[in-house]
Amino acid sequence: MENFDWNALGVVFALLGAVLAALMGGIGSAIGVGMTGQAAAGVVTEDPSKFGKVLILQLLPGTQGIYGLLIGFVTLTQIGILGGEAPTTLAKGLLYLAACLPMAIVGMVSAKWQAKASVSSISLVAKKPDQFGKSMIFPAMVETYAVLALLISILSITSIASL
Amino acid sequence: MTEEYIYAVARVRSRELNLLSRQDVDQLMACRTYDECLRTLSDKGWGDGDPSAEAILAAEEEKTWAFIHELTDDLTPFKVLLYPTDYNNLKAAVKAVVTGVEPRDVFLPGGAVDPELMLRCVREGDFSELPETMAAAADEAYHTLLQTEDGQLCDVILDRACIADLLQCGRESGVEILRDYAELTAAVSDIKIAVRACKTGKSRAFLDAALAPCGTLDASSLAVAACKSLDDLFAYLSVTPYGEAAEKLRESYSAFEKYCDDRVMDLIKEQKMNPFTVGPLFAYVLARRNEISTVRIILSGKLNELDDGMIRERLRDMYV
Repeated sequence: MENFDWNALGVVFALLGAVLAALMGGIGSAIGVGMTGQAAAGVVTEDPSKFGKVLILQLLPGTQGIYGLLIGFVTLTQIGILGGEAPTTLAKGLLYLAACLPMAIVGMVSAKWQAKASVSSISLVAKKPDQFGKSMIFPAMVETYAVLALLISILSITSIASL
Repeated sequence: MTEEYIYAVARVRSRELNLLSRQDVDQLMACRTYDECLRTLSDKGWGDGDPSAEAILAAEEEKTWAFIHELTDDLTPFKVLLYPTDYNNLKAAVKAVVTGVEPRDVFLPGGAVDPELMLRCVREGDFSELPETMAAAADEAYHTLLQTEDGQLCDVILDRACIADLLQCGRESGVEILRDYAELTAAVSDIKIAVRACKTGKSRAFLDAALAPCGTLDASSLAVAACKSLDDLFAYLSVTPYGEAAEKLRESYSAFEKYCDDRVMDLIKEQKMNPFTVGPLFAYVLARRNEISTVRIILSGKLNELDDGMIRERLRDMYV
């Protein structure tokens, strides 16, 4: 163990970050879109003409999965797997991991809460289809925090190489 | 657990658009005759072809339960609504067997337990096929009726068991609306018993046997007050959460019944903002019952050519 090169683990932690961003964002979105899909199906069962409106509301919690994928992809292009250079130190690898965490954690949590807001909005559209515009705003507010996490993760990942 | 009803609640939300609104009730009230009322209901899709009022109302109750059966296989949360029907059928079965009369058209449809099973259990004196608490109550009621020939005592045993089951079901459900509805039903039942007992001069022993313990009323204080006078009973109610009930009872019994139904409506209106639990399904069933009850009042008023003012003061609040 004395001769073990801890710096070799840098790329491992960097990859772990990319994986977590895609994994946790994907899990959150899968749960969220599943929940909203049930509500949307309920409304369409009774009134198929509302399909277009409830479909949009169903898809809203799906964006976190896409953001997670994006962060995962950008990380891979920076750490020598799809491009860039592998982190030469353990610290750099951990920095990539830390940079991915905002998207991973906020992505998973916000997808589930956005789904709850979307389900409520689907109920709103079911009863008052003319309020569709307003019903979009409530779940979209949750999206703000996923976007903020995406921004901070992207800015961090793209800046680590130059440290 | 809360997410298993998302699909069902979304369907209920869509169905709520078809519930009768205050405008629909006004439209029915504006009908000049009973037949015009029936035609208006038929135009709104009520009934299933049979034009008689009872058939229309029965068909609507059936449609409600058919919809609920479509949404969920587990009717446990709805037992709070089904127990009164079951215990009513059990009373009929016990009395039919003890008096040796063949029961005809005495069983109500829509209970959780098959009335024929109840009848067989009572005939054979083996209640093991009935739910546990119902079996114990049925056994006690059957033997009490055999020994005393007192039909009222038999009713008291079964009514009290019904309320106890209802409260237990509400508590065990873990759903706030079910618990509150069960509590309200138990309290209203106790108030009705106390008022009737007070008016007919029943004994303290009768009241102790008839009143079911519930969380918002002290059965013992209620019994003491009911044994004294109506004024004492109303004075006791005024210091409980049912103070308004005392005022309504002073006004008239129909005002009290409207107050009870409106309290249920206040309870379930909160479910309009809940998209996840079984609450909105439960609220939908109660909302449908409420509108069926409202339509029954209007039809009955129109049939007997009552003044519109008299009918209106009996109309219940609507869910939508």
